[in-house]
Amino acid sequence: MTKTLKLRFNRKQLCIPYAAFLILFVICPLLVIIYYAFTNGTGQFTFDNLVNFFSNTNTLGTLLNSIAIACVTTIVCLVIAYPVAYILARSKFRRKYVLLMLFVLPMWINFTLRITALKEILSFIEGNLAMYPFLNTVIGMTYDFLPFMILPLYTALSKLDKSLFEAAEDLGASSFTVFMRVVLPLSVPGIISGVTMVLLPSMTNYVVLDMLYNSTYIMGSLIGSYFAAYDWNNGSMISLILLIIIFIITLATNKFNDDQSSGRTVL
Amino acid sequence: MKITKKVISAVWLVLVLAFIYVPILLLAVYSFTDATMVGGPVGGFSFQNYLTLFKNEDLRGMIGGTILLAVGAALISAVLGTIGAIGSFYSKRTAKHLINYANQIPVVNADVVTGFSLCVLLIVLLGIGKDTFVPLVIGHVVLCTPFVYLSVMPRLRQMDNNLYEAALDLGATPAQALFKVVIPQLLPGIFSGFMLAITLSLDDYFITTYTKPATFDTISTYVVNATKGGQTEIKTALWALSTIIFLIVVIVVVLMNVASRKKKTTEERI
Repeated sequence: MTKTLKLRFNRKQLCIPYAAFLILFVICPLLVIIYYAFTNGTGQFTFDNLVNFFSNTNTLGTLLNSIAIACVTTIVCLVIAYPVAYILARSKFRRKYVLLMLFVLPMWINFTLRITALKEILSFIEGNLAMYPFLNTVIGMTYDFLPFMILPLYTALSKLDKSLFEAAEDLGASSFTVFMRVVLPLSVPGIISGVTMVLLPSMTNYVVLDMLYNSTYIMGSLIGSYFAAYDWNNGSMISLILLIIIFIITLATNKFNDDQSSGRTVL
Repeated sequence: MKITKKVISAVWLVLVLAFIYVPILLLAVYSFTDATMVGGPVGGFSFQNYLTLFKNEDLRGMIGGTILLAVGAALISAVLGTIGAIGSFYSKRTAKHLINYANQIPVVNADVVTGFSLCVLLIVLLGIGKDTFVPLVIGHVVLCTPFVYLSVMPRLRQMDNNLYEAALDLGATPAQALFKVVIPQLLPGIFSGFMLAITLSLDDYFITTYTKPATFDTISTYVVNATKGGQTEIKTALWALSTIIFLIVVIVVVLMNVASRKKKTTEERI
């Protein structure tokens, strides 16, 4: 008895290095961000950075703009990816994982190189990319994040029990009704995880815009410009605001997932 | 009705695939010419871009540095994440939950925020020099380790707990039991975590920009700078790089599929 107790204790100690690492390099940086967000350059406590953010039309406009871009990108990705995932999941094609691979393979190619390719072809079609900044941003983000939407949707849809659709059809539902009332509600967890994979990066990945037409006007780029200006305090405030947004999104999606899983157990 | 549905499905898949692949493939075709922009005048077939890619010191150093950083960070992450997962799995509930939550932070957090906060802590507050590469490596390990942890965890849950106890009863020391019994069982999880870590590190832009030494570039930061610069020679050499990476990814994916299918068929035979 004492022997096993002692050994258990040994195994538990293995988590100490990783716990220390997490505290030092994951928790501490966030605390430092909070500290810097509420101090000024000389280290005195202040709300100036917060006031700066909400009184400046430029930063506020950036916030609204990045929310708009993130929402539109997410919807476009969902509209493109859902049919793809649905067709793949229901297809009787034997080698369908090869097809799935084709759709998610770009995930492994460096995204800056993919955006370079997109930039070349968009410039060829449109000429000056800065003419349609919103459109090109959405195209760029969609190009970048589409695989991350397809994969979770496919996973959710391929797990669905096919006999449920047959049962609904036998009970007289049209294929449209089957989709709206059976397939769609059951694929909500996949939709949620796809949305979280796309929504957040498209609020912060300013490199896509920067590469396409040398401009940045989403939340992530504010951090970039404060970083370039060595303004740690205002940069920290933006990071903190982003952290709060991320926290809210994570809480909301977790709640949704819980509801969904409890709904499934009832079913 | 059924046939129209099938046609519409096929057309949709082809359209999306075209959206994904036309830019990459077009760039690949143009990388073998002397054209300076896609759609521009093509003088003829040329390997010049590939020669530049292998001859240019800057480009070679940048590619080598990127790979070295990715492999190094992935190795550290694989060790740290595996040890952390084993330790947390056998810890008490509270400790386990705390580690799980903290592990989730870099996963859901935006890379910009992770990079910026590490920069403020390590470089601004603690004064660690960027040129030491310490902030860069720490940043990449922070990015990668949570995913190793997450891919080792399910393997631990599936593992038969009695094996470890049996090894101890048969006279193995805890260290032997760990290395000869537990870790071999976790290897597939560690391997997929390691591969994920490599791809994450190779693809990262934000953490790298906020923590890297001024003179060091990874593929991502280099490409972003090159698109702004006016050097056509470098720009078109990057098309060659894009094509090579695309081919490597295709080959690796095909090999992995073949390997997994072979494994499946041998398992079926058994």
